[in-house]
Amino acid sequence: MSETQSTYNYKVVRQFAVMTVIWGIVGMLVGVIIAAQLVWPELNIGPWLTYGRLRPLHTNAVIFAFGGCALFATSYYVVQRTSHARLFAGGLAAFTFWGWQLIILLAALSLPLGFTTGKEYAELEWPIDILITVVWVSYAIVFFGTIAKRTVSHIYVANWFFGSMIITVALLHLVNSAEIPVSLTKSYSAYAGVQDAMVQWWYGHNAVGFFLTAGFLGIMYYFVPKQAGRPVYSYRLSVVHFWALIFTYMWAGPHHLHYTALPDWTQSVGMLFSLILLAPSWGGMINGIMTLSGAWSKLRDDPILKFLVTSLSFYGMSTFEGPMMSIKTVNALSHYTDWTVGHVHSGALGWVAMVSIGALYYLLPRLFNRQEMHSVKLITVHFWVATIGVVLYIASMWISGVMQGLMWRAVNSDGTLTYSFVEAVKATYPFWAIRFLGGVLFLSGMLIMAYNMFKTIAAGNTKDVPVVAAAGHHA
Amino acid sequence: MSDFVNDFWNLYVVVIVLVSILACGVFLWSQSIHAPAAGAKVETMGHVWDETLEEYNHPLPKWWSWLFYITIVFSLVYLALYPGLGRFQGMLGWSSAGQHKAEVDKVDAQVKPLFDKFLKMDLAAVAADKEGMEMGKRLYLTYCVQCHGADARGSKGFTNLADNDWQWGGEAAQIVETVSAGRIGSMPAYGGNPEAVGGEAGAKEVANYVRSLSGLTHNADLAAAGKAKFETVCVACHGPDGKGMAALGAPNLTDKVWLYGSSEATIVETITKGRTNQMPAWKDFLGEAKVHLLSAYVFSLSAGADKK
Repeated sequence: MSETQSTYNYKVVRQFAVMTVIWGIVGMLVGVIIAAQLVWPELNIGPWLTYGRLRPLHTNAVIFAFGGCALFATSYYVVQRTSHARLFAGGLAAFTFWGWQLIILLAALSLPLGFTTGKEYAELEWPIDILITVVWVSYAIVFFGTIAKRTVSHIYVANWFFGSMIITVALLHLVNSAEIPVSLTKSYSAYAGVQDAMVQWWYGHNAVGFFLTAGFLGIMYYFVPKQAGRPVYSYRLSVVHFWALIFTYMWAGPHHLHYTALPDWTQSVGMLFSLILLAPSWGGMINGIMTLSGAWSKLRDDPILKFLVTSLSFYGMSTFEGPMMSIKTVNALSHYTDWTVGHVHSGALGWVAMVSIGALYYLLPRLFNRQEMHSVKLITVHFWVATIGVVLYIASMWISGVMQGLMWRAVNSDGTLTYSFVEAVKATYPFWAIRFLGGVLFLSGMLIMAYNMFKTIAAGNTKDVPVVAAAGHHA
Repeated sequence: MSDFVNDFWNLYVVVIVLVSILACGVFLWSQSIHAPAAGAKVETMGHVWDETLEEYNHPLPKWWSWLFYITIVFSLVYLALYPGLGRFQGMLGWSSAGQHKAEVDKVDAQVKPLFDKFLKMDLAAVAADKEGMEMGKRLYLTYCVQCHGADARGSKGFTNLADNDWQWGGEAAQIVETVSAGRIGSMPAYGGNPEAVGGEAGAKEVANYVRSLSGLTHNADLAAAGKAKFETVCVACHGPDGKGMAALGAPNLTDKVWLYGSSEATIVETITKGRTNQMPAWKDFLGEAKVHLLSAYVFSLSAGADKK
């Protein structure tokens, strides 16, 4: 075996890990800017920096740049460590890094310039879509190639989740981005009318289900037992909730289209599978949190574990809230209001960002041959700043969301609306200000993290680490 | 109307939905039957990854399994009661369109006497009625505010309803007609037709003449040249004295009210590029009674404004 075959490929993991923090700061900064624009509309500096163009930039940056880099970094690390093999096709892995950064850069340029397909979370125009496809297929080859060359017989549970995420995101992207180009920068969807809406939300909800849930459950299944030093609570539960989760998520999209032109039967089916999704979602939370039983004391002074366990709590809360919001009568109140925005952010900040941050704090010292992060104390500070930020964010959006829903539906005795739309907007201002503050706090936490990361890197090195022999396979 | 082009797709939906929901339950049950006895020591699966990663094999938590079963049973009951299984409408006969219609019909029946009362009164009488004006204002704030503004003073391209200047006429019947059927105002573009006003230079002459009509500063030489052009081209709609024509929506050019602006450059733009603008028709959407109340409210807005 050559020298490179016997070490882990940490280079690509390091690259993605560092960019996760960088893109996290960029994406969340854009989020803070658009939150500020809602409070102070004069901050819309147009047309390039108006809310309408920055909002898709924010969502793309946090989901695909921050979340995507976190997934690449952790999955490349986890698949190597749990397959007891060096990453397959190192050159292709390097291509996925540079290709993904190019995609992000093109998004950051094209969206403010106004090039968009108009499909939520899939705004990027067709040449970028093709690039995404090429990079994603390369990702699949690297990931499954590594699984194929593993030196243990069983595939660890985290890899089931990463694998299902990679396959499903490919499927979602290809179907939803089917479009007819009319120029280099403009295309039209291959679907029309309500079919287009249905395909869009089949994609949109499964982007949440697979990109932001299955993938991050993969992170959870490696980093929680590792950091807690405890075995996973239940193999059986992981089997049941894995298959139930990936099966039922596929059906849930229509709950985004309640009381629209979508046929009633489709709406009902979407709502029911969203309700059925509650238990499979909670299976992941139970398995993560129960893994800590017998090690609860560690939670007191281990800020990394704090991040991981808090993320699971937010995951449990969001996945309870989601099925409730999919019920037609609840949705009639919550839809189109800030409640939805709050729900998304309890998942995005509370679950996705916090589990990623926890995993990165575990990962960074190991990638740069350090015992621990430069400052463990700063991790604790980051944890509290981020947690207060999320709570402010979602609490303000709950209140403003329910308030908006009630104001919009209030009618006078003569059947006219009690409040004009602008009155509801005016009443929302204080909550938007609180949300802005929550966002600023969460962003500040990321800046603390960046400082801690660069200090850790500065005193570390990138010496190769030998591949650990699989248990029972000692050479 | 059916959502299905043929019976196959109906059957396909029914079967795949039922099988999928039942499969969740069967799968859960199949994974629950071999649970170890309560209190028995739980072993790990015997696999180790990455030096320390192991898995216990605790049985599925009971409360969690029950939660899962309850959602499955709820779904099956729901599908019996509500639409979901293809063409089957459900035993309750509910539909979202039906729910909407029932809610609208109920409110319509409730408020009909109220609206009918005002429909019988003429616009001036409604405008003087306190209750009628409160209702009119609420309707205005829902349907008109987007273009004409909360204070009804409009903005560039959107008419001011609070003054006494009327593009399409301020009589009661004219206001009702504007709200009911809408209006499309069109000023032709003369930029591509040099023979009419003589291109950009000619438009500048006409603009100076137009500015002179309302006493704005202007170049007298250009205005004199523009006058001749005005009297051959513009006169058709704006009239020989420039006072406009309500029947065509041609505005009065001699007053201080400007829909798009009175600067020379803006007027040149209006002449060369033209202007097209539309007030939507509301009668089909709101019905006669609401249009009546809205018209009365608009009528009342200018009642206190200075006559010109």
